[in-house]
Amino acid sequence: MKFVKYGSLGIISIVVLAGLGIPLSPSPQGWLEFPIIPGLEDKARNLFFHVPMAWTSVLAFLVSTYFGFRYLRTKEIDYDLKSVSAAGLGLLFCILATVTGALWARFNWGSFWNWDPRQTSIFILLLIYGAYFALRSAIESEEKRASLSAVYSIIGGLTAPFFIFVMPRMMAGLHPGAKGDPSGKGPLFEAKMLAPNMRVLFYLSLIGFTLLFIWMLQMRIRTARLDYESSLEQS
Amino acid sequence: MNQITLTVSGLSKEFNRRMIFRNVSFTISTGEALALTGKNGSGKSTLIKILSGVLTPFKGNVVFTVNGARIGPDDIKSAIGLVSPYLQLYDEFTGLENLLVLSSIRSNGSIRAGRAEALLDRFGLAARQHDLVRGYSSGMKQRLKYAFALLHAPGVLLLDEPTSNLDAEGIEVVRQVVREQQKTGVLILATNDEDEAAWCSRRFQVA
Amino acid sequence: MSAFSSTVALFSKDVRSELRTRYALNALLMFVVTAVATILFALRSDVPSPTVLSGMYWVVVFFTAMSSLSRIFVSEEERGTTMTLQLVASPSTVYFGKLFFNTALTVSLTLAVTVLYTLVFSEFFIIRTASIFFVTVFLGSLGFASAATILAAIVAKANTRGTLYPVLSFPILIVLLMTVMNATARALEGEAFSEAMGDFQILVGYILAMTGGSYMLFDYVWKD
Repeated sequence: MKFVKYGSLGIISIVVLAGLGIPLSPSPQGWLEFPIIPGLEDKARNLFFHVPMAWTSVLAFLVSTYFGFRYLRTKEIDYDLKSVSAAGLGLLFCILATVTGALWARFNWGSFWNWDPRQTSIFILLLIYGAYFALRSAIESEEKRASLSAVYSIIGGLTAPFFIFVMPRMMAGLHPGAKGDPSGKGPLFEAKMLAPNMRVLFYLSLIGFTLLFIWMLQMRIRTARLDYESSLEQS
Repeated sequence: MNQITLTVSGLSKEFNRRMIFRNVSFTISTGEALALTGKNGSGKSTLIKILSGVLTPFKGNVVFTVNGARIGPDDIKSAIGLVSPYLQLYDEFTGLENLLVLSSIRSNGSIRAGRAEALLDRFGLAARQHDLVRGYSSGMKQRLKYAFALLHAPGVLLLDEPTSNLDAEGIEVVRQVVREQQKTGVLILATNDEDEAAWCSRRFQVA
Repeated sequence: MSAFSSTVALFSKDVRSELRTRYALNALLMFVVTAVATILFALRSDVPSPTVLSGMYWVVVFFTAMSSLSRIFVSEEERGTTMTLQLVASPSTVYFGKLFFNTALTVSLTLAVTVLYTLVFSEFFIIRTASIFFVTVFLGSLGFASAATILAAIVAKANTRGTLYPVLSFPILIVLLMTVMNATARALEGEAFSEAMGDFQILVGYILAMTGGSYMLFDYVWKD
């Protein structure tokens, strides 16, 4: 608990300071200079925030679905508390990833929204989160709410693999690594372009955001349990 | 004759965190009739729903055996008949069609048109068997529910508020049904009526 | 075998019930006519491209399906006959019976839209590769029904059914919608049958995943 809390805060502080503070240089020397990536320049710094946020929102969906599945097997309401806590965080990170992504798209691709495969995917994830909470608010019985929302998130999860096949057939990709990207791999992840210090910081940020998610999840589960117990005493 | 035993052990149900009943246990076998009594909201109907298999208990379990062999959840539906106020039949079908359609879905053997008509006759619905249920009075609907519950000659008959909406003649038929069921199987009824409870050999107070 | 005959019996009960009450059918037909008429007014004399046409075709199917496919469970819930069904049928019988009914409804829906499109947009709605078109419409209907049935069962247990159904369905159906729109556009453009194989594979996979998943999860939705 302590490790997760201080670890996540520490790592994210480093990522913020280094990610925003390290200067760009046309010929980077050593660890304290980032290369200038043509077309991205300072905008490349968003990499350390946008991608980990998107990653966390997907992770939260998986965690929420897993706890939903556990609820269906055991009918222990505690799993539902865990599931909804994870989904709430997932929605938060999903919104953050969408906003940071849209801003990045505005300045790099010209408009906030371009319907490229990954933008479409995160839009659908956002819709699934929205539908999940709309469903929950429409069911009064606690047990029914828990099992129906668990079933819904599993059904939602079942469609996810299809996006990987469907999206590239339908639309040109703009994200690095996408099919429609002219250079094939995109500027960011091409080995020469992404300097080792950027890579280290990027992976550090992934770890930091994952730890942040775990810490926030633990806190949310604790408050959800307290809420649950206090409403138990009132009734 | 089949020896039917229904064993209920440690049954608890809660709904929205409210414990409805706790630790209900009893055993009942062929030849016995059990009256479930208890004030409004004590969970009689909930208990009946659990026994009929449409509701899953929070804790505990219900075991059916016929001649010592346990009946699995898929076969329970052909061993149970239920009459209750919250059970509804299809408005857009006639009385006879309801019985035939539902028994074809249950698909235990052939569709017994003769038996269905005989039951409708017994409950005084013969003249109206080709009318849509939409036009039935509440008493007639209650009679039709009995015909539906008895159609497959269930080993266990569950009656919740057995005589609601029935006239004197209807109540008399129900009394006969209760008597006959005790000879061939198990009867459980939930009621607050002293007279109805007196039809049964045993009582269980749901708290 | 007896499970299959129960499923057929439930399906025929729903068909007879539908023919008598017209719970879904009338609304469905009116919806199709209204939607196509709206498109007609919007287009005026413009000539839409195959992509636009196939997109509008499935938009009509989607919203009409959303207006009618949930009836299958909502009507049982509203009339209080859910428990009667629980007494006579196992959950898998109920699921497959309702799935067959929704499939039949969606197939007739797509046929109705196809006929209407051919009549109304006779100059530009020309199915150049009929094999692609009919396989797409058939697989698309199956896919729609496979996802819509479990969602209908979920929605039937909630309070705000009418508005909730499309909200829940859209994120689940969007993969299917994109694929059938793509394949229908191929049929209108006159591509070779082999070009659409990739789309068909996705559709079959989707149908299998949705039906299998629903079959496993239906117990949790159906039983209280």
